[in-house]
Amino acid sequence: MSTGEKLIQAFIIVALFFAVVAVILLLTSKMRSKSGELVQSAAFLLPTFVLLGVGLMYPAISTVRLSFRNNFDKLWVGFDNYRTIFTDTDLIRVLVNTAAWVILVPTLATFVGLVYAVLVDNSRFEKGAKALIFLPMAISLVGASLIWKFVYDDNTGILNAVTEALGLGRHHWLLNSPANTLFLIIIFVWVQAGFATVVLSASIKAIPTDIVEAAKLDGVSGLKMFRYITVPSIRPTLIVVLTAITITTLKVFDIVRTVTGGNFKTSVLAYEFYVQSFRSANRGLGAALAVLIFALVMPVVIYNVVQMRKVVR
Amino acid sequence: MTVIDTPLAKLETAAESSRKQLGNRWASAAALLIAILWTIPTAGLFITSFRPENDINTSGWWTVVTNPSFTFDNYKAVLSGQYSLTDFFVNSFVITIPAVIIPISIATMAAYAFAWMRFPMKNTIFILVFALQIVPIQVTMIPLLKLYVNLGLAGNDAPGGGFYTIWLSHAAFALPLAIYLLHNFMLEIPGELVESARVDGAGHVQIFTRLILPLMTPAIAAFAILQFLWVWNDLLVALVFGGGSLDISPLTVALANLSGTRGADWYLLSAGAFVSLVVPLIVFLSLQRFFVRGLLAGSVKG
Repeated sequence: MSTGEKLIQAFIIVALFFAVVAVILLLTSKMRSKSGELVQSAAFLLPTFVLLGVGLMYPAISTVRLSFRNNFDKLWVGFDNYRTIFTDTDLIRVLVNTAAWVILVPTLATFVGLVYAVLVDNSRFEKGAKALIFLPMAISLVGASLIWKFVYDDNTGILNAVTEALGLGRHHWLLNSPANTLFLIIIFVWVQAGFATVVLSASIKAIPTDIVEAAKLDGVSGLKMFRYITVPSIRPTLIVVLTAITITTLKVFDIVRTVTGGNFKTSVLAYEFYVQSFRSANRGLGAALAVLIFALVMPVVIYNVVQMRKVVR
Repeated sequence: MTVIDTPLAKLETAAESSRKQLGNRWASAAALLIAILWTIPTAGLFITSFRPENDINTSGWWTVVTNPSFTFDNYKAVLSGQYSLTDFFVNSFVITIPAVIIPISIATMAAYAFAWMRFPMKNTIFILVFALQIVPIQVTMIPLLKLYVNLGLAGNDAPGGGFYTIWLSHAAFALPLAIYLLHNFMLEIPGELVESARVDGAGHVQIFTRLILPLMTPAIAAFAILQFLWVWNDLLVALVFGGGSLDISPLTVALANLSGTRGADWYLLSAGAFVSLVVPLIVFLSLQRFFVRGLLAGSVKG
């Protein structure tokens, strides 16, 4: 398709969509009675129900079913696909890598974010300093991966230049397992630290000043102030940030795909799901991996939402 | 939640007090170190993107200090040459614009219904919609792709060149969070306003289009920015539902492919990456306020 044709297609779908909405609104606009309100509500909610039903609910249920079928969707195989995940050596590697991601990314990103938020709080450069660390959040993970691929490059990367200058020698950062997973994790920490900084910084500013003043009168200051006043006061926000990053980490796939393509034993759950489902056409196994992601994400999301209610209003 | 400082506090914050005790100089040094560590990778790529092909392949970007040589050739190449990315740039826009407009319009209508209309089982349905947020995108993909293929929406001969699969998927995935957020904003509108409009004889459609939509504009804008960045930066949805057809692939897919080959065009990646970063960076820098506001709420999105 030419550029013009593509733009026309985009225009058509938007126009089509608004035409449908306009018709729905016009048809129902004249109703005032009680049953009329029922019809109107149905009209307002119809597009939502259709999209959520077809786009989320049906496929989710279907995937759960598929996870108990063989890879050609021909036979019921019970828990075989799940058994494969927990017994196959390559897939165990994937699980171990995922565990490393889920433990390290939230803790490191939150730690850096917290320290940085405290360090720049009320300083002259606060706004600029925060924008700087937050910038990676706005770009794609593909972009972030490319940025770091240049850092880790064997010949022209700055990391090898630094280690060589320090007398630590040059290394193939992305080839040697298990260290290479650590270098992929650093990329995501780099992305997520800005999120932690911005959210925690807002929460630090909301600590009531009378608590701080009272603590100071009692002679609390420095690291003690950080440990006994700052951190406990923002605990709920800390938990929200930790869990939010955990959720994102469980689903991240772009970095592994762009930097190593899952080679050199760096694959994680979300990437393995993609490979098994759409590359190797092992749809039963792919579905089981998706359900596993679902099962891991669900409790964290629920916990996050409960904590979030405490933080927001 | 806001990042803008309030100057009213002459009293020290807890963080400020910690910093003073640590010694302002050490605290500043530590902050500066983090800031530098966080900036170097991006700055390095930026400088790289202006270096000649041979330099990129043989030396690090910091050598420009002693041996400065810059060129626009890389940008020329990715914007017009053999490896032109302009088609993918267009694709990104063609994918993103409907994938922002459609779910937000649908979500605004649904949020209105949940906030101001009376119908049976309203709360149960709302909670169900809210709960759908926990469904990770991956769980929907295999059956959804099969469905698209069966409906004839995927593939080269599909209507709209196959863009429909990507549009519909992004729209569905965005809905639960969009409805939840917009519903929250909608409840902040005073109920008397809606009630008095009803008493004056206005119907729901009139109230929705004439009263609520204008009041909701800031909230809609805030979510639109989040959705724009998600769709623009997305790789997974485009890869799976684009069916590997480069004709409808966005920039992210093109760059990821270029990165995987590490062939002769490796040196173009730096310029290519920056072309892809320009749009989100402009959106982010100009609309930062809105972005941060929706960020926390959006952090659990599937």
